[in-house]
Order: sequence, then C-alpha cells, then structure tokens
Amino acid sequence: MNKIIIENLSLQYSDGTESLRNINLGIREKAVTVLFGPAGGGKSTLLRCLNRLNDLTEVRASAGRILIDGENVLDADTDVITLRRKVGMVFARPVVLPMSIRENLTYGLELAGETRRSKLDEAVERSLKLAALWDEVKDRLEDPAIALSGGQQQRLCLARSLALQPEIILLDEPTSGLDPISTGKVEAALTELKKEYTIILVPHSVQQAARTADYAAFFLQGELIEYNEGKALFTAPKEKRTEDYITGRFG
Amino acid sequence: MTLAEHMKRTFSLNRHLVQRLGFTFITLMAIATVLPIVATVLYILIQGASAISLEFLAGFPRDGMRAGGILPAIIGTLYLTIGTAIFSVPLGIAAAIYLSEYAADTPLTRTIRIAIINLAGIPSVVYGLFGLGLFVLFLNFGTSILAASLTLSIMTLPVIISTAEEALRAVPQAFRTVSISLGATRWQTIRRIVLKEALPGILTGVILGLERAAGETAPILFTGAAFFLPQLPGSPFDATMALPYHLFVISTQVPEMPIQIQYGTALVLLVFVLTMNLIATVIRSRARAKRQW
Amino acid sequence: MEKSLNWREFVITRSIKASGYSAILFVALIFFFLVREGLPTFGEVESTSLLNIRWYPIEDRFGILPLITGSIMVTFGATLIAVPFGIGTAIYISEIAPRWVREILKPLVELLGGLPSVVLGFLGILVLSPFLRVFLDLPTGLTAFTGSLLLGGIAVPTVVSVAEDALDAVPRAYREGAWALGATRWQTIWRVTLPAARSGVITAIMLGIGRAIGETMTVMMVTGNAPVLATALGSLFSPVRTMTATIAAEMGEVASGSTHYHVLFFIGMVLFLISLGVNIAASSVVFRAKKRAERILS
Repeated sequence: MNKIIIENLSLQYSDGTESLRNINLGIREKAVTVLFGPAGGGKSTLLRCLNRLNDLTEVRASAGRILIDGENVLDADTDVITLRRKVGMVFARPVVLPMSIRENLTYGLELAGETRRSKLDEAVERSLKLAALWDEVKDRLEDPAIALSGGQQQRLCLARSLALQPEIILLDEPTSGLDPISTGKVEAALTELKKEYTIILVPHSVQQAARTADYAAFFLQGELIEYNEGKALFTAPKEKRTEDYITGRFG
Repeated sequence: MTLAEHMKRTFSLNRHLVQRLGFTFITLMAIATVLPIVATVLYILIQGASAISLEFLAGFPRDGMRAGGILPAIIGTLYLTIGTAIFSVPLGIAAAIYLSEYAADTPLTRTIRIAIINLAGIPSVVYGLFGLGLFVLFLNFGTSILAASLTLSIMTLPVIISTAEEALRAVPQAFRTVSISLGATRWQTIRRIVLKEALPGILTGVILGLERAAGETAPILFTGAAFFLPQLPGSPFDATMALPYHLFVISTQVPEMPIQIQYGTALVLLVFVLTMNLIATVIRSRARAKRQW
Repeated sequence: MEKSLNWREFVITRSIKASGYSAILFVALIFFFLVREGLPTFGEVESTSLLNIRWYPIEDRFGILPLITGSIMVTFGATLIAVPFGIGTAIYISEIAPRWVREILKPLVELLGGLPSVVLGFLGILVLSPFLRVFLDLPTGLTAFTGSLLLGGIAVPTVVSVAEDALDAVPRAYREGAWALGATRWQTIWRVTLPAARSGVITAIMLGIGRAIGETMTVMMVTGNAPVLATALGSLFSPVRTMTATIAAEMGEVASGSTHYHVLFFIGMVLFLISLGVNIAASSVVFRAKKRAERILS
C-alpha cells in the first residue's frame, strides 16, 4: 500500500540550484524506498518537501501535491509541526545538538509537551535500542553527545528521530561520512526498522542503493527516470540512462 | 660561484635585511601603541592607590568636594549602568535576533544595518543633545537618571546589537535545521538552542556596551548628571552624580582640588570599567574553550 | 507559513521584529530632534554671521567657523597619529606577531577603546600638557596638538580592530601564492595582503576619523577652549575649541529656546550630518568591495 503519493510535483529554488520537474511517485508503506542518482538530481529536495523543511529555503515556484495518508502536506493549512513529528529526518552529516545524549533524545518530545520522566526514559531506551546504540551508551546518557564517535553520533541522530515515534523516516545520505563498520550497523538497523516504519533513503553510493532497496527510484537532473522494485531495477533497468548510471558509466 | 649566483645571493640577503628592518619597525610601532595604554593604567593605579580608603569609597563629599568620599558618584554610575542595561539589553538582543534569525536580505534590512552603523558613529555629545531634546524637555522627564539612562541606552544599542548578532550567527545553521526537523517552532529553536549557545558571546557584547556607557560623560552632561548632591537620588526622576562627570568636575571646575582625590576618583572609575572589561574577556575565553562546535 | 504558532509565539515574533526596526526609528528621532531645535537658528541668526570668524555668544556673535577649523585641526592631527600607528599595529597583530603575543595585544587595544575619555582628558591636563609646555617651550600646554595626541590614541583602537579584521579576512591562499613565487613575508604584506584588504583599511581610516571628530570630553579638557580661527598649521600649537567641546561646555548654561540654544543644536546637526556622511561612505566602500569579491569568487 502507498503511504505517500507524490503527484505532479515541481519546484525551483530561488537561487536556481536543484529543482524538481513533474514528479509522480508512490512510496510503499513499511519498506525501504531508495532515491538515487547523481548529485543535483533533486533527491534531497524531494526529501525536504516531505517534511516541509523547504519552508526554510527560498523557493521560487512550486506546484503539485504530496499526499501522506491521503492529506496534501503542501497545503497552506497543514500543521507543519505535527507533520515534522510524523516524518523524521536524518541528515548527511551527523548533527548532534550541543547537549547530553539523553537531552538529544528527549528534545523533540519535550517540545511536544511531554514532561513525564517515565515516558521520557522509556522513549530514550526504546529509540536507542531501535538504532542499535543502547548497549554502547546506556551507562553514559548524561555525557555530552559530541563525545560520541561519528558512527555513534549518526545512530544517535537516527534514535533522536525515532524517539518521536514517527511513521516515516527520511535519511539523506546518512552514512556518507561513516566507516564501513558503522555503515553496516546503520544499514542493519534500517532492516529492522522497515518492519515498523516507512523509510525513504538517499544512499551515498549505488552499492548501498542496491543493498538496501525494496523499491528504488532513479533521479536525474530533477526528473524521475525510472521506478521499480529494487531487485528488478538494479538487475534489469528498463531505461538506458539508469543502466549507464548503475554500471558506472557516469555519475 | 658565478657572478649571477653572487648577485642573487646579495639580492636575497638584501631582501631579508629589508624584511628584518621592516618587521622591527612595525613591531616598534605596535609597542609604541600599546605601551602608553599599559603606562596610563599603571600610572593611575599607582597615583590613586593612596587615596583609597573606606571613607573615600563609602563617604559623601565634604568641603566643596575637596574632602570626604565619592559614594554618591559611585552609586550614581551604578544606577546609570543598571538603567542603561534595563532598556538596551532586551532591545539590543531582540534586534540582533531579528537580524540574525528572521530578516531576509531586503532593502529594509539593509536600511536597518545602515541605521545601526550610523548610531554607532554619532558623536556622544550629539546623543546628549538628543536626550535633552526628547527625554528631558519633550517627554518632560527632567534632568534625571531615567533621561540619562535612556540616552545612554540608545548609544549602547549598536554595540550590543552587532556583537550579539555576530554571536548568534556563529551558531551553526545545522542546529537550527535539526531542531526544526524535530518539530520545534522557530522561536523554540531560538530559545532552546541558538540563544543558549550564543549566550557567552552576547554577554560579552552586553558588558562591553555597558562598559562604554559607564565611562561616558558627554551624553549625561545635560540629561542627568548633577554637579553635587548632598544625598543619594531617591527615584529615577532625580538627577545623580556619576563617576566620569565627577572626575570632569573636580579636574576642571573646582579650584584648589587636592590632587589625591582626583587620582583616587580616576582610579575608581578605571577599576569599575576595567573590571567589566575583564569579566567580558574571561567569559569569552572560557566559552571558547568549552564550545562544542 | 507555520500554522501552529500560538499567541505567545506570535507576540514574541512581533516584538522581535519591532525591535529590529527600532534602529531606524532612533536615527530618525535623533535627526528630527536636532532639526527641530537646530533649524530655528536660520530665523534668528543671519547665515552670513554664522560664517563669521567670531564665536562670542554673549555678544550674540555666533560665527561657527573657528569651531569648525578647531575640529578640523584637532582631527587632522589625530588622524596623522592614529592612521600609521593603528595600521602598523593591525599589521603587526595580524601578520607578524606570534600567536601568544596576539592573544595579549588584542584585549589590550580593546581596553584602550574602553578607557573613559574623561580619564584620558584628566591625564592630559595633569601629565601630558605640562610636559608639552616645557618640552616644546609653549605659553600653554593646552593646545590643539595636545588634543590631537590624545585623540589619536582614542581613535587607534577603532582603526586597529577594523583594519585587523580586514587583513584577517584576506584568504591565506593569497599569501601562500606570493610566498611560493619567492616573495618574502614583508613583500607579501605590502604587495599582496594590504592591497587585498584595501577597502577594509580605508573603512578603518574613515571610522577612525569619525571617532576623532565626535570625541568630546578629552578635547574639551585639553585643547584650551579658545574659539580662535585656525588659519595656518602653526595654530596646531595654540589653544583651539572644537564643535563638540562647544556644545558640551555651553549647553549647560543656556536657556532652552534661546538663540544660543538653537545654534548649539545646529552645531549638533552639523556633527550628525558629518558622522552620517562618514559612516555611509565607509559602509559603501565595504559594500562595493563585497560585491567585487563576489564577482571574483563566482
């Protein structure tokens, strides 16, 4: 079943960088959908439309609809705060907030008005376990988050999104700065998470795309070139451009 | 060694000689700039130290200010500094937040920036005239702590705004994006993340601004400074003695003024200002060492 | 826009925006009150007599020329001191000094910027002017030159901090490029770094001059307060009186609404316009330089 339906989405930034041209795409519930393609193809822009993070950037023009559970989130009436709690995001560079590990995890919940210590503690433990970080940090929750290693920081960022119990998780090249072992841990966590969550991943390499994708969409210069089940797309691409990119002829 | 090599070597020796001479010259200039500062401070500390006593710090002036203490001037400067802070700190920080967090690069924003630069450049005595025209006469506050504090506030504003804005801008953009993505509103993000991280820098700016206000004379000359008062001011609508004005008065307007008292007053004013300066420097360097980004 | 703004957030956002605009309001208010109190001058004093060479308010002589020449004289002297020493110190701090020296020097120069001008005026009266009187064999030590010396010191921190920022902003690659071509550090400073930082250095000089013109207490205390028209460079060693000092010294004694009062406000208006001009010019230099840099980098 489609959790998200993107209809005729077009967008252009004021400074003329990246844009999207007439995107139509359905995102399956409780699966990993991979958006891949060369840099500047519009993948991050699309992610940022899904949680309306683009509100922070100057956008020249946009058109189309994004339906999440049947509601158009691009509508002016959308409660973006609720939307962002429902759609969590992990960025390319691990950005831990300048506070303790624990506070990083409870930040979003406290903003949402949760003050009960037991609920907060519960969320901390649950989200850290989901992100496969619990065993490594359970004894040092009050330490500054910046003291963690890069890989741990990124998993903390993942846990931080999970603490809000979102339904959708957006990951924008979450492993681009990580070593292979940390990358493996993040990918393993994703495999677990997709049982519960709808995941949209912008991978940092074609290999990662192929490893993680249940469904995959290939983007080139703001256009959606091809969409299919992961296996099918990576073994038998229909489009020449997709094949060229996968086989490493450009990009 | 060929002639060419020889010339090359001589040439490069010369170049390095020029460099050494040049560096020495510039270094001497820097020393000539800094040495008088140190000398001034030390000289006043040494000359003024002997005047300092409990009576001097906690007593009222006597015999036409030629004896006794300077308590009313100390308290007055304290009042004026606090009064200035009350108005300029919230306004200055809010303006800095606007410029750093809300304002887009529009003609209006550029006008605001030009206005701030101009406020910073207006001569202090012109602030005095303005305070006289607006607060003392037009709004009828009279020559008072209130009028003087308001005048000093506007003068201090550009210092606070520009340092606070710089501190706010130094907070990485990524923190804001992450906070927003976690469902924070813009103001929640500012209050919980940006302001918290920028606080030491803002504080430094505030103290440096207030330090300037505390040492100023010209803006309070016609707005709130009193030549001599037998008792402490009782309300914000009273005029007050102030350290810088008092120093001006006793060093130029009172004949046969004992030199000891003059140096003592200069010393107290200097210590007042230097302490603020020191606090600001300490806050800044400690924050830099502790910073997590 | 964000929809779940509650009323509290709304109020806060609004007041933050209002505070942002306040700077414009204050500049406008200042100008308005100067004009309001200063403009009546033209109805009360003939413009020819404003340009008279005698400032003698008791006899209704309001020639502001001697005050203007006094300001120019003192500011000129101060500039001659503040510019070379300020820029020299900036070069030293940014290009030559080892790190630890820099860490000491910067707060020290900042400290000078924070010294109350009365304290400098006070030392000027007690220490500098007696010394100059004996050393230069003058009838009095309270001269334009004394004022220039102290004012130079007051303007130095402004020049240093702005110029140092400008030098600091020159990309390291420029210097490395010059070194790679065999230039010494000294040559690099003069041929590469300083020219690259030119607009910032010019701004520093202008702001320093602005600071000197506007300074009040120190000049009032040490320049001897004689409103005499300065006609030659020799006047540097005689007493003068500046526009700022005139306002400070006389405003306390005039009846509000009198001609004298209006003329003093008029002088304030002139000072305001001068500082406005200096600052707008200084910021437009920076603005142009920024534009140029953007062009080069893009």
